[in-house]
Amino acid sequence: MKQHNLDINNLQKDEKDTVSTMERREFLKMGLVITGVFAGGTIFSAVSNMNKVFASPEEAAAKYPYKPHYSMALRQDRCIDCERCMDACIITNNVPEYGYRTRILQKDTPDAIGQKTEFIPMLCNQCNNPPCVRACPTKATYKHKTNGIVMMEYKKCIGCKTCVVACPYNARYFNEEKHAIDKCNFCYDTRLSKGEKLTACAAACPAGVRIFGDLSDPDSDVYKLIHQIEKPVWVLRPEVGAKPNVFYMKG
Amino acid sequence: MPNELKPVKVSEIVKDVTQSFDSGVASNWYSNLMEFLSGSKSFYALLVLTGIIVFVSSFTTLNALNIGYRHAYNVTREIPWGILISTYIFFVVTSTGLCIVSSIGHVFGIKDFMPIAKRAVFLSIVTITAGFTVIFFEIENPFRMALYNVISPGLTSNIWWMGTLYGAYMFFMAVEYVFLLLNKHSIAMYAGLSGLLTGLAAHSNLGAIFGMLHAREFWYGPYLPIYFIVSALASGCAAIIIFTYLGYKVNNERMDRPMERAMEVVAKLGALMVAVLIFFNVWKIITGLVAGPGKQEAIAAMLSGPYAFNFWFFEFFLGMLLPFALFLYSKGKNIQMMFLASVLMTIGIFIMRYDLVVIGQIVPSFHELGVNEYQGLLGYRPSFYEIMVVIAGMGIVALTFLMGERVFKGHKSEIH
Repeated sequence: MKQHNLDINNLQKDEKDTVSTMERREFLKMGLVITGVFAGGTIFSAVSNMNKVFASPEEAAAKYPYKPHYSMALRQDRCIDCERCMDACIITNNVPEYGYRTRILQKDTPDAIGQKTEFIPMLCNQCNNPPCVRACPTKATYKHKTNGIVMMEYKKCIGCKTCVVACPYNARYFNEEKHAIDKCNFCYDTRLSKGEKLTACAAACPAGVRIFGDLSDPDSDVYKLIHQIEKPVWVLRPEVGAKPNVFYMKG
Repeated sequence: MPNELKPVKVSEIVKDVTQSFDSGVASNWYSNLMEFLSGSKSFYALLVLTGIIVFVSSFTTLNALNIGYRHAYNVTREIPWGILISTYIFFVVTSTGLCIVSSIGHVFGIKDFMPIAKRAVFLSIVTITAGFTVIFFEIENPFRMALYNVISPGLTSNIWWMGTLYGAYMFFMAVEYVFLLLNKHSIAMYAGLSGLLTGLAAHSNLGAIFGMLHAREFWYGPYLPIYFIVSALASGCAAIIIFTYLGYKVNNERMDRPMERAMEVVAKLGALMVAVLIFFNVWKIITGLVAGPGKQEAIAAMLSGPYAFNFWFFEFFLGMLLPFALFLYSKGKNIQMMFLASVLMTIGIFIMRYDLVVIGQIVPSFHELGVNEYQGLLGYRPSFYEIMVVIAGMGIVALTFLMGERVFKGHKSEIH
């Protein structure tokens, strides 16, 4: 919890107008610590749900809607912005120079004590309630029935770009070569379906930022990272209610 | 001699076909063509001018297809919807509005509205065609749409419903117009009613495309599907006044008493709808001021930021306040003043659509995360090619309107 206390100290030194957002974020993290531990299967709802307490991890795991329930935990404080994940993604998935499936955002906090820069990796959050899938007029984008990955069937895409506007995570772009919207699919076609256990980005990361695995498997690393109480776990833009499967944490 | 009999037979068949239509439409078409060819010089000058505009803009636009939309258009990953989406909305709003206003007389039998109905139905088909033309150049794979809309329908998607319902709407409006021409009014009435219902459903779905995107605070909520219907009525009233006024100018005729009365009631309805629009806008702003940060920033951009001029001058002053005052001041009698009010309102509404689409996207997805990449608001300016598509759409409306006025003899209605 050292990291946590440090954040609160920084908070007091922050400008007045940033305090409210910081506070909100802290509050959210605390809420997620609680839900993350006790809510088990409801963690992906990212909403406090104290009443649902599961007897065992197995029971909690059974509540996940997919098997394997692919998920990624991003230990963002370990990210050094080497961008090997981005390079690996580009090579593996043949991503053109004008687009990206994953990227690393940078956040500077000049008033912070000590470290002043954070790197925040971003990719498709493979939401359980994906706004893009709901909005697609031709079912060109859909949830994979067994593993929950948000997939594209390129030939059905009409290029209306509603999914691009609908996505809360800016995870989609129009790929000219494919004549369709393209997005991260956890390397399903290029790696997972060929027997690989990790996505290209997770395999390429030298700092152990991207922990990929089956959130419904109590033995997986991602399960262990999400179902613990020592460190806060959060998701991006929980207010949208998309129920993302990409989690963020520090430490 | 068989050689002598033959032409007689053909003319008899023609006569039969002609008689099979109640009002002898086939011979009307012939006289229509003659009439079309007997217009004034200024009419043909206008016709040629709009023809050239459509020709040039269409060919320029086809070039955009060739070089790829990513290069031709200024839309980005962050702002994927630009002026083509807003212009599409502008045209289909106008079409739906024309349909609703025409239905007041034609479907619901309010006599005062009847003289405008025929022209309104014709123009609703024209404007939706222009809308479809614009969206054809917006969507990356329009031909795939025709196929997969049918064999892989996304029933949770508002785009699917809107596209399908607008397809049905266009069909019903075309049927209505054909039966109006044939003077079969009861069939036309049912087609008109079907067109009205599908048009309303399609149009509120268009609003819901935006209203159901829960990641976009500026749009999200039940406001837009409802607002779209109200603004369609406002647009429809303005469009009818503009095109009726111009139609009488083109045909060099004076309005008769029932038409003057129709203009008066349309202007009154238009003024009422502008008042409702002002009411809607006031509450959009007030609720926006206490919304989440994403919506607050968008509202601030509209009220005092980069879109303030668009909002205050075009949307509010030209689009609402001035037309409302002019409509009232004209008392429904001064047709020039009503025409001016309608033109200003239409310009305002065009900008209203643009702002609605663009402002909904200027606050980046990760704005609140506080990352360096998305500190400020995003920007968008239409490209040359995008503007050419808009001009092509406008040109199609102008050209078809002019041709329609001559071919269909000023859309005179037989019902009185």
